[in-house]
Amino acid sequence: MEMSRNEMLKRITELDFFIIDLHLYLNTHPDDSEAITLYNDCVMQVKELRDQYNMHYGMLLANNSTSKQPWQWIDNPWPWQKNYNFELTEGNS
Amino acid sequence: MWMYDKKLEYPIKIKNPDPKLAKLIITQYGGPDGELAASIRYLSQRFSMITPQAKATLNDIGTEELAHLEMIGTIVRQLTQGISTKEIEDSSFAPYYADHDTAVYPVSASGVPFNASYLQSKGDPITDLYEDMAAEQKARSTYEYLIRMTDDPDVLDPLKFLREREIVHFQRFGEALRYVQDYLEEKRVFSIQS
Repeated sequence: MEMSRNEMLKRITELDFFIIDLHLYLNTHPDDSEAITLYNDCVMQVKELRDQYNMHYGMLLANNSTSKQPWQWIDNPWPWQKNYNFELTEGNS
Repeated sequence: MWMYDKKLEYPIKIKNPDPKLAKLIITQYGGPDGELAASIRYLSQRFSMITPQAKATLNDIGTEELAHLEMIGTIVRQLTQGISTKEIEDSSFAPYYADHDTAVYPVSASGVPFNASYLQSKGDPITDLYEDMAAEQKARSTYEYLIRMTDDPDVLDPLKFLREREIVHFQRFGEALRYVQDYLEEKRVFSIQS
């Protein structure tokens, strides 16, 4: 089943956070091979999700996502707007 | 270089406006221990940092702080939307409103505009990393004071997230410091080739 925009954004946000945290950890633990494998897995997973998001709901990463016609980058809402964001409790049931 | 990712690091969706709280939280935008000072500090210090681990740590934590700056701006903005001028006038947000309406501007909670003297970039890697560890602790304390001053779960949630990040960053800077200390203590042999 296709994920809603909020579900997809939530999943991407979760994975990206995990990636950011692992990335910082690896900077000072560069020989932790298990963490590198986990990092690589997460990066591959989020790549796929980002592609799907891009296809269905618009652009996320500037210069790394494609646009439909007309130019989608300028589409509202922006991340600082209330209606951009999902509730953390959404989809947790 | 940087590329913008059109999303927040952690979602923010505040239902109830609270200009009084916005006036306090703005301090993590442009105040002495705020995210702007943090990002500029780390991103400036990295140019003179030594060891691969410490360079990467400054670069990447500096980058994450920019995402935190965006989160704080978002909290402040959302807290001031959907209220009347009268409500703003009656709140401690009124002096800020006189200067900036509900725009986001880098000042401290007490109204002092952002100042680069909040940070140092000393050119001594040990000195800089100690400053960074202290900065993370100061930011953690500030988040704790802010957390005490609200009971709105929509605001508490991102504030707690940001507080946690300060702790993780402190840990990483401590590890980077050990790499730098070990490197500086290594015995080196210099030979002159004829």
